[in-house]
Amino acid sequence: MSILVYIEQAEGKVKKTSLEAVSYAKALSEKTGEGDVVAVALGTVSQDELAGVGSAGASKVLHASDERLNAGVIQAHASAVAQAFEKVGAKTIVLAKSSLGDAVAARLAIKVNAALVSNVVELPDTSAGYKVKRSIYTGKAFAETEVTTENKILAVKKNAVDLKTDGVAASVEGYEVSIPDSDFASKILSTERATGEVLLPEADIVVSGGRGLKGPENWGMIEDLAKTLGAATGCSKPVSDLGWRPHHEHVGQTGVKVAPSLYIAIGISGAIQHLAGVNSSKCIVVINKDPEAPFFKAADYGIVGDAFEVVPKLNEALKAEL
Amino acid sequence: MKILVCITHVPDTTSKIQFTANNTKFDTTGVQFIIGPYDDYALARAVELRDQTNGKLTVLNVGEAETEPTLRKALAIGADEAIRVNTFPKDSFFVAKQIAHYAKEGGYDLILMGRESIDFNGGMVHGMVGELLGIPSFSPVMKLDLDGTTVKMAREIEGGKELLEAQLPLIAGCQEPIAEWKIPNMRGIMSARTKPLNVVEPVAADTQAEATGYQLPPAKGAVKLVDKDNVSELVKLLKNEAKVL
Repeated sequence: MSILVYIEQAEGKVKKTSLEAVSYAKALSEKTGEGDVVAVALGTVSQDELAGVGSAGASKVLHASDERLNAGVIQAHASAVAQAFEKVGAKTIVLAKSSLGDAVAARLAIKVNAALVSNVVELPDTSAGYKVKRSIYTGKAFAETEVTTENKILAVKKNAVDLKTDGVAASVEGYEVSIPDSDFASKILSTERATGEVLLPEADIVVSGGRGLKGPENWGMIEDLAKTLGAATGCSKPVSDLGWRPHHEHVGQTGVKVAPSLYIAIGISGAIQHLAGVNSSKCIVVINKDPEAPFFKAADYGIVGDAFEVVPKLNEALKAEL
Repeated sequence: MKILVCITHVPDTTSKIQFTANNTKFDTTGVQFIIGPYDDYALARAVELRDQTNGKLTVLNVGEAETEPTLRKALAIGADEAIRVNTFPKDSFFVAKQIAHYAKEGGYDLILMGRESIDFNGGMVHGMVGELLGIPSFSPVMKLDLDGTTVKMAREIEGGKELLEAQLPLIAGCQEPIAEWKIPNMRGIMSARTKPLNVVEPVAADTQAEATGYQLPPAKGAVKLVDKDNVSELVKLLKNEAKVL
């Protein structure tokens, strides 16, 4: 028996969040004795890249190289993973929560008759039954979920386990998928993706700006700081509503939920809806000239001061240190 | 064109989240319930599409009697009729089975809902219903336009979006900026009182992953303030104390 991990790729590179899912599955298999970890990869990815998934804990990668699977065609991906599940004889599928992962997992759950638990934050408690802890109320609480089915799908939240990097290269095995044409009836016409930047939902450090920055022309210092830190940039809802920054940078209740190691909020007051998007961060730094800004209550570190003064100084101090 | 919008009945986004009964139940004391914010976007877009196609818009909730004011609000915003599946929404699979049953019975061309509920954040019911009905499902959809039976959509992905084209019938989990939220006007509120709200019984369905207990995250310690003229101190703290650099 094995645990199957659905790994995502973008332009031939396996996503880091998927590698974290592999490490989660490895830790899970050590706990439950479910055998080895088999990853399933879809579309065009090099053999070396796939073998590299071994470092995170997979012993084998099943690869369906059909290039129609390069794009994230939801139905086709669900069918391809379901076939891998049958082939491997697994009982558990692990994947990273993401735009595509969520959409695929829901269909997959029905296909393979599995309970799906999303936003999983740690390994299940198997001492009595099978209990999974998941984040709910947009990070404001946790639920213990009792899973009663034999087959299970766990969609893992970022930072649920540490990424392993000490595994050996995985063996890569091709597998043939037979996907009905109807699964490809919906067409992805084009994909627009910010290139050469750290992607916000996957970033380990996030630098966000709010209305306190006064206008889109002042985003240069946010970008400079992000560059120094290798961070992604985010923003508050008003900033995205005003069109200063694109919607995919909006962090909050109805935007992207981030879970970085470090979140730096600049000129953001900290409305409860914004906090809902950042409360899974390990460490929060708030820079705001208003000492009464509610964000300070949710922060680990804070600087009361004018962003236009503090941020360039912080950037210089970081450059000197890093 | 027949459109179905599924809505959740959830605590307002500013609610204080607390639990009672030995941490096994959500504490509704002082909590105001609303249409899920993402569902509200779906509903707003559905009203526009109903008007554009001269169609009919049905709104559905799986919930007990206390969700009726939320359904009435959806009627006030512009839905033509409401269905309440009279049962507690035990888990996503259970809810998806209810929706799939009544969606099939109603023969809808387009089914919309929010990308996720803001209580359990699962974001899976639309995909499950799509698979149960054998129709395509998409989420999170931030733009949806009709051109005959062709649907043109934009779906948000990490760091950008995908432009898609699919045929009706289909199901979509929606998010901003698909449409602007609609505030009910007085005429809407008055007419909502007399629009049909049908209560139907649930179909038999298993649960697979029910929540049995809840926890709040550990309380956050006080913020450590660093002087604005001494930013290198912050760098040191991040490096040596928080160990995040």
